[in-house]
Amino acid sequence: MSKFKMITDGLVKNNPTFVLLLGMCPTLATTTSAVNGLSMGLATLFVLVLSNMAISLIAPVVPDKVHIPVYIVVIATFVTLLQFLMQAFTPAMYETLGLFIPLIVVNCIVLGRAEAFANKHGVLESAFDGIGVGLGFTCSLTVLGLVREILGSGSAFGFNFIGGNDGMLAFVMAPGAFLCLGYLMVLFNKFVKKN
Amino acid sequence: MAVKSNLTNMVLVLGLTCLLCSGVLGGAYVLTKEPIDKAAAEKTNKAIAQVLPHFTEVSYNAEGKYYVATEGETLVGYAIETTTVGFGGPLSLIVGVTPDGVVYNTSVLSHSETPGLGAKCTTDEKFMSQWKGFDPSIKKLSVKKDGGDVDAITASTITSRAYTLAVENALKTFKELSNE
Repeated sequence: MSKFKMITDGLVKNNPTFVLLLGMCPTLATTTSAVNGLSMGLATLFVLVLSNMAISLIAPVVPDKVHIPVYIVVIATFVTLLQFLMQAFTPAMYETLGLFIPLIVVNCIVLGRAEAFANKHGVLESAFDGIGVGLGFTCSLTVLGLVREILGSGSAFGFNFIGGNDGMLAFVMAPGAFLCLGYLMVLFNKFVKKN
Repeated sequence: MAVKSNLTNMVLVLGLTCLLCSGVLGGAYVLTKEPIDKAAAEKTNKAIAQVLPHFTEVSYNAEGKYYVATEGETLVGYAIETTTVGFGGPLSLIVGVTPDGVVYNTSVLSHSETPGLGAKCTTDEKFMSQWKGFDPSIKKLSVKKDGGDVDAITASTITSRAYTLAVENALKTFKELSNE
């Protein structure tokens, strides 16, 4: 499988949000704006690539019965690392995403890729798989955030184009997240995944 | 592919992984501690600068949760941290009070209000600007619905009440301070 195909697979065929429906909790909770969605996606991408690489390296020596705890420790390490880095260099973003950064540890996408892919493949392949799936997650979250931001607060990437803040509030809140996700999923499966 | 499990290799692998990971994290903690502290200090300094007139020095009283800002020998004012319960959870404010007992300005430190409703307490110009120069001896410190002089955020009376209560608490702290 070519590297390029691995990345497009993560974006389309194995898109974590619209096709696999994994990691719904951060997807619904953090996509109140495009920027928030994008940052959450990038944070997950960071953890996914590093944990995929680390796990593909150690997988051959990990005994079967303890492989889940070992993977979780590895993933948690990278998440904590990310937390330190975000707190130090992007404190505002850290505050916005708050609780959802530590929750990446239990994000099923990360453990899912470790189980389904990284422990059977080499470092480089696992890295590309991480990038592909991570980018798929990032793009989905950004699009979802963008749609909700446009409908909910009349702005895009923080740029307000209707003047004032008279958007349709429901879209910023939880019900709007479900509605947008549902419709985007329909559109995605109809137009993108087909080809 | 997978290694057959026995007690020795399970303990060994899990133990080594944990040891290695804690080592990495310990290192990362030491390396990022300075920038994290700096970012936090910068944030509070910015918040204080927002709620008080120009000052040169600031000292923190951890027990009373307030900052004393001075310029040379003269007292510029107190920046008082207060936390009340809003609609979605704790609402933390920093309230700047000048020595004459007038609120100079207020700023939200953290909140968990509903986006688009209560969360407007950080963006709504009309709501935020009314705190600038709020004099509790002239105006009544409660929302209009409760017979006071504070304009609530539309559809967010609970948040506005919590905000008002936080300012009230800050003014109480100020009174205790100025009586000392």
